[in-house]
Amino acid sequence: MAAASEYKTKVTLPSDREILITREFDAPRDVVFKAMIDPALISRWWGPRGHTTRVDKMEVRPGGAWRYISGTSAADETAFRGEYREIKAPERIVQTFEWEPMAGHISVDTATLIERDGRTLLTVRSLFASKEDRDGMVQSGMEKGLAETHDRFAELLAELRAETRSGAR
Amino acid sequence: MSALAEPNRLQIVELLRRKPLAVGEIVERLGLHQPQVSKHLRVLSEAGLVEVRPVGQLRIYRIRAQALKELDTWLDPYRRTWDERFDQLDDVLRDLKEKDKGKRNGRRK
Repeated sequence: MAAASEYKTKVTLPSDREILITREFDAPRDVVFKAMIDPALISRWWGPRGHTTRVDKMEVRPGGAWRYISGTSAADETAFRGEYREIKAPERIVQTFEWEPMAGHISVDTATLIERDGRTLLTVRSLFASKEDRDGMVQSGMEKGLAETHDRFAELLAELRAETRSGAR
Repeated sequence: MSALAEPNRLQIVELLRRKPLAVGEIVERLGLHQPQVSKHLRVLSEAGLVEVRPVGQLRIYRIRAQALKELDTWLDPYRRTWDERFDQLDDVLRDLKEKDKGKRNGRRK
């Protein structure tokens, strides 16, 4: 499990069709860049916590395809894919992003790495085809968050039930 | 938050997040008709998302602080998804730096 970081991710909506994500990392940018283009490393951090993420395809060159499969088991696996548009080591990656169950809703994600005093500021700018697509993406986070809340609630209920049972004994 | 379900209204809220504006300025920026904008502003203010203050001849609309909190609530799960991903990236970076250090120490020996 990842340790809580001293750095926090910022998310803003600079325009109707964009999401801007920024985060600072305590590492030089060639190291951050490597973690973004190495399949063995991507599978360790890209997917949600508790998910296994496999790299099906990762052709890191302009026009090259990428595809990751992520899930907690075979039953809930889901795939993400896209195409690399630009690779400029160690400062810029432009790639498209598409979630296969929502194919056709494609965003263009530009990752920019700026190094300062041995630290890296990573900016990801997601540009969507429409405002509806962008809002849908934000919303999908909400659904996931909601699902997690429900999971936690279910766990809590299970704990309470266990406590009640042991108390009755 | 249902007042924000209408795309133009969410857009008005996003405009007002940046700075308070008069109705005319909102009309201009969104390219909508004035009666439409006025209607949206009425819904937003009834929902408690925006408030109005007369300044001279103008009616200046701005976001209520509570509403900002709600927009952040809307963005928060999405932000947390990225935060979680980047916390995991932090761990990977720490490992890479450790390995790099090990290599350099090895060379010195």
